[in-house]
Amino acid sequence: MLFIQHFFCYDINKIGRDSMQISLTRLFFTFLKIGAFTFGGGYAMIPIIERELVYRYKYIKTEDFYDTLIICQSLPGVIAINFSVFIGLKLRGVRGAVVAAVGVALPSFIIIMTIAAFFFQYIENPIVEAFFKGVRVSVVGLIFLAGFKLLKQNRSYFGVFVAALTFALIVTFEVHPFIIIVSMGLFGLLITKTKEVMNHDPS
Amino acid sequence: MILLRLFWTFLTIGMVSFGGGYAMLPLFERMIVHEQGWLSASLFIDMIALSQVTPGPIAINSATFIGFQISGVLGALFSTIGVVFVPVILIGFASYYSEQFKESKIVKALFVGLRPALVGLIFSSVFSIARQSIIDLYGIGILGVVLFLLMKVKLHPILVIIVSGILGVIIYL
Repeated sequence: MLFIQHFFCYDINKIGRDSMQISLTRLFFTFLKIGAFTFGGGYAMIPIIERELVYRYKYIKTEDFYDTLIICQSLPGVIAINFSVFIGLKLRGVRGAVVAAVGVALPSFIIIMTIAAFFFQYIENPIVEAFFKGVRVSVVGLIFLAGFKLLKQNRSYFGVFVAALTFALIVTFEVHPFIIIVSMGLFGLLITKTKEVMNHDPS
Repeated sequence: MILLRLFWTFLTIGMVSFGGGYAMLPLFERMIVHEQGWLSASLFIDMIALSQVTPGPIAINSATFIGFQISGVLGALFSTIGVVFVPVILIGFASYYSEQFKESKIVKALFVGLRPALVGLIFSSVFSIARQSIIDLYGIGILGVVLFLLMKVKLHPILVIIVSGILGVIIYL
């Protein structure tokens, strides 16, 4: 019950700005802009969200922004959607969350449907086909670079071991990625718990 | 029925989509390409490229693209809502318990295992996409150019995609 209550009347002061309340229209268009102008996925959106919400309109404080970022990163899901729902909820309750989430997703939703509608008419065209044969190679490069950057942040023996194990399980043994993600999370839990128990051991 | 299947498939993907779009790709490939057969392997790669040159998160773009292709606007809607469904509910709880959540030892412990696993997931995607995309020696050449442009010249990914497309037209037409 308390949870539901929180949805509809959240104390606005808790997240920053104490005087003015953001209008739903402003919230919608702010997130629409964020959704429409950020290329390259959720992480590219973070600086834009920060600029719009923290510096430009001052709806949230910098430290709240980074707290929110940590929470959004540690939950599953699309970071931009997580962010918009969290901020929308804090600023204007459930209606705010819906408005912000629809705003951020709407541009890609419409653009992708438009492309999908035309895509299949042209994919048979030999020029388009040759173009995409080249493009597919660049996808390899792009994903490799993302993996490489993340690998640099995990350069411990343990990190490389888990990464290699995950790779081998998927590529060689064709284990379902869903099972791998769940078990690696549990594996992390197990290791942390074991460490805790060992540290508490008086001997 | 197909709408429910779209919803359920994307809900499953969304439930474990930690660490951003690229780490999700092996799951996408497994469920969308192999299990459901909604996209061919090469179309799956084209879709990733399309997601890169259009604004918006890759998961939303992919869900919309696949849903629309299978079942029109309603399909796009069901898939997109499906992929964000579980995360949005979790965010609702997390915003209520944000103080406890931030300090949560369990969440931190989960990521001890998850963070390096994401690296493995991304590289398994690189492997399977490379097997599909690099069809001859020219492909290796294009990959060399792409990596040089991305890592040394630091050209914007969208421009790199366009350059690789032009190389494709020159070589394969």
